[in-house]
Order: sequence, then C-alpha cells, then structure tokens
Amino acid sequence: MAASLEDSIDRRVHGNWLSWLVSQQTFWVSVAAVVAFVVLTFASDVFATQQNLFNVTRNFAFVAIIAIGMTAVIVTGGIDLSVGAVLVLSGMVVGMTMHTGTSIWVAIPLALGASLLAGAINGFMIAYIGVPPFVVTLGMLSIVRSLAMVLSNNRMVYEFGPDQPKLLALGGGFVSVSLPFVDPIRVPSPVLFLIVLLLIASFLFRWTRWGRHLYAIGGNERAATMTGVPVKLVKVSVYMFCALCAGIAGVLEVGWLGTVTTSLGQGMELSVIAASVIGGTNLAGGIGTAFGAVVGAALIEVIRNSLILLGISTFWQGTFVGGFIIVAVLFDRLRARSANE
Amino acid sequence: MAVLELARVSKHFGAIQALIDVSLRIEPGEVVGLMGDNGAGKSTLVKIVAGNYPPSDGTVMMEGRTVAFHKPADARGEGIEIVYQDLALCDNLTAAENVYLGRELTRGFGPVKVLDYRAMFKRAAELFAELKSETRPRDLVRRMSGGQRQAVAIARTRLADPKIVLMDEPTAAISVRQIAEVLNLIRRLREHGIAVVLISHRMPDVFAVADRIVVLRRGVKVADKPIAHSSPEEVTGLITGAIETA
Repeated sequence: MAASLEDSIDRRVHGNWLSWLVSQQTFWVSVAAVVAFVVLTFASDVFATQQNLFNVTRNFAFVAIIAIGMTAVIVTGGIDLSVGAVLVLSGMVVGMTMHTGTSIWVAIPLALGASLLAGAINGFMIAYIGVPPFVVTLGMLSIVRSLAMVLSNNRMVYEFGPDQPKLLALGGGFVSVSLPFVDPIRVPSPVLFLIVLLLIASFLFRWTRWGRHLYAIGGNERAATMTGVPVKLVKVSVYMFCALCAGIAGVLEVGWLGTVTTSLGQGMELSVIAASVIGGTNLAGGIGTAFGAVVGAALIEVIRNSLILLGISTFWQGTFVGGFIIVAVLFDRLRARSANE
Repeated sequence: MAVLELARVSKHFGAIQALIDVSLRIEPGEVVGLMGDNGAGKSTLVKIVAGNYPPSDGTVMMEGRTVAFHKPADARGEGIEIVYQDLALCDNLTAAENVYLGRELTRGFGPVKVLDYRAMFKRAAELFAELKSETRPRDLVRRMSGGQRQAVAIARTRLADPKIVLMDEPTAAISVRQIAEVLNLIRRLREHGIAVVLISHRMPDVFAVADRIVVLRRGVKVADKPIAHSSPEEVTGLITGAIETA
C-alpha cells in the first residue's frame, strides 16, 4: 500500500513526460520555429528553396556555436560580452598567419590558442580577483577588438597563402546528404561543426561533474564552494570554453567569407545572448541547455530571414530580435511566478 | 582520545574579537550542545572547524594531531561534516545531485568519466529511507518543504562516514514531526560513534539529545558541563549574562 502510494506520487511528479515537455521553454521555442518555418514556406516562394535554407542554416550556425558557449557561462550566473571581439581576433590570427604562407595546421591552433587565452584572462579576473563578469568582458571586448586592428593594421585580409583552399572549404564547403525521394540536401560545413559541438556540449553539461558544477554554481555559488566544488577553476574553464566556441566560429566565418575585416562580429554578443535566453537559459543562472541555445539561434535567424524575404526593411531586425528577448524573459518571469503560487 | 580538540582558539576580524581563548574537547560518540546568543561566536567557531578560515591564534587537533585547514575540503578530508544553517543547497538541482554535490559518483569509460546517476539515486534513496524522510531523490530541491531540505543536507553528511558532524540550527525551520526525526537521527549518529556538535537556539532540542552543553558569550566560553548537571534556567542565565560562569 505504502509502496503504491509512493509509486503514484512518483508517477505524478515524474511520469508524465507530456506535462514536462510543455513546461519547457525550449519546447515552445521549437514550436515557434517550426510554425514560422511552415508559415514562411507558404508566405514566400523563396523561403523553402534549397539555396535559401542552405544560407539560413549556415548563417545561424555561427551564432549557435557561440550561443552554446554563452549558455554555459550564463548557467554559472555570468555573462561574456567579449565573444564578438574574440571571434574577430581568432579570424584575424588565422588570416594573418596564413597570409604569411604558414600552414593551416599551425594557423588554426594559434587562433584557438589566442581565443582560449582571452577566455582564461576573463575567467581569472572574474574567479580569482572578483571583478564582475560584465565589467571584465566589456573591457576584454574593447581590448581584443583593438588587438585585432593592431594585428592587421585595420586592413582587409583576403589572401591566405598556399592553404587558402583548405580554409575556404572549412567554412564555405558543404556535405551532400542523399535522402530517399528528395534531392540530396547540402549541409553547410559550419552546421556540421555545430552538430558535433552540440552533441559534445550536451553530453558535458548532463553527464560530467564539470557540467553539473556549472549548474550548481549558478544555483547557489556559496553552497557549491562549501561542498567542495572547485568553483574558481570551473569559472575559468567556462569562460575559456565560451571563448573557444567564439574562436571556432571565427575560423569558420573567415573560411566562409574568404576575407577578414575588423568589423567582423560587431554587435554579435547581443544575438548570441538573445539566442541563449530565447532558448530558455535563465539570466540569473542555474538553468539552460545547449539544445535550447541552438533552437533560439535558429528562431532568430528564421525571423531575420523572413523579414528580408517579406520585403521588410532590415532596419527593423533589431526591433524584432530585441522584442523576442524581452518576451522570452517575460515568459520566464510569468512561469516562475505561477510556479511559486 | 578526543576526536576534536580546540586549544586556546581565538579569532579576530580587524578590531572585533569574535572568539577569545576558547578550548573545547569532543569525544567520539558525544553530542555537544553549543549555545549562545547571536554574535556570541558560534558561527565563527563552526567556520574555523569547517576550514572556512584559520584561527588567529590557538590550535585545532583531530585525534591528538594538530591540523591546519586551508579550505573546507581539508576539514572534510579529516572527517568533519557540516550541516549549514541555510543548508547550502542548490535549488535548481535534484535531491540526489545535492547529496552528491562536490563528490559525484562516476563510471569510467576509458579516460571519460560519466556521472553514475543510477547509483546516486539508489544510494540517496537509501539514505532518505534511513532518515524516514519522504524526500524523493529525483525531486528538485526548489519544490521541497523545509523538512525535506533538512533531510537532503543531513543525508549529505552521511555519505562520507564522518567522525564528527556539526549542525548549525538544524531544527530552526521545520515541523514538529521533522524535529523529532532530526533528533532521532542525531541519536543514530551517536550510536555509530560519530560525535555531533549541535548549534541551536532551541533549548528543548538541546536538552532532549545532548550529553554535554557548552555556552559561549561574547566570544568567551562561559560553561562546559554535562547536561545532567545543568538546567534550561541556568543555560538561559549563562547565555544572557545573568549568570557569569558555571
């Protein structure tokens, strides 16, 4: 009798996956993305074409890759405003290094190393010196972007030496996936990187001590410290992880564009944070998933693309993206309030 | 041999003297009630024993060896477990994840260490059953009652097979029934030879379960005697200063 009572309580609390599903913000954002997709397919002749979908998925991959790193940072209760600058630094390091004729196998590790260094400095200042993340990463944004200008003397770089085809293939290439009954689908290579990163990050967040410690720090940093979680090391590592994501996106984006200028990634931090928040990450920390961040990025890009296709001035994009951020946070607040009552 | 001994421990923060020359011996399997008004130095004493900060003066000994704790993990390594007043729980994690916070169980797949949720849920469920608590391992702490949270925090200390458990106001914010359960748990810890330091404002709880009572007032130890030789009236006098020492 007692056991069956336990069981029925357990079922009520955990068993109903449907009620769990509809309580997830990620679910509703996925629904919104799918609805937008369907509506646009009918509203615009261009949207559902191979070429447009190819562009949409590639464009959103860059934001989504960084949004995964940003989600990890926000989950710990932090923020990283320097991602756009780290992206251009990474792109510039890989571009300038290859411009001198160096191998891509040297240039990419150098670029990612520079990104990791910027992340490590962010993390060190935040974890060990106690400077607020907002301040440190805002400063780092300015420093890193200026370093990218110093490095290139603010020129446009578009000659990448003997390994240029490899770099262009890395960012601009695609893989054909053949399916029954339809034409082969071309998957842009940045999307492949995104999928691999998404799988790795989802695994890390859920199935490793490091991942659980991210959530513990965001939930109650003092409790994490007192129970022996290496809070400072985890914080340094999470800013390095975020910077690494930005660095990877930087290399891929240069490969796609075939040029690198210092204006690359300007204002990108807003899109990235928006993707993460729209995907269900709580800015107060402790809640968020890698998958949510990717879905959030996808929704933003679909909306952005649809505005263009529907002939609405691109000047309106910021209004829509900003509105989405506010609505997402508003939903979260309303849900938290109804949960408390 | 005393499991924990403090010898003339002092702590000051700038000009503020939080603890002055406090000496204390705790034997295995002994329950010591530590009482005192707000600001008497109870929390400071707990934090020194927990390894949150070192004493300004004096020594801490475990089983006769002088120990120096630089961080909480050092104290835990010596077999000291703490239940904090605010319980130090993460609301966004499950009960089992909180119990195992900082010492999660993993299974190795080559170099990759994967969290062993099944083992953690199973062991946490056993611990909650032992505590006769209705807490379920998979529930989020956010949705729990005060008593359930207490059970999570106490279950956490049981993982490590500790020598001594310090409890900071464990009965302050829970139901009467849960208080009886917590006191029973303290008795069970004693049966296992684990020493318990019970920091509490609640006189009835201390007198129900403690073997010995220690009273701090303004950073000074003013009483240290078997509970049988004291009374709630005397302790109240000692706490407020109506009685100088006993």
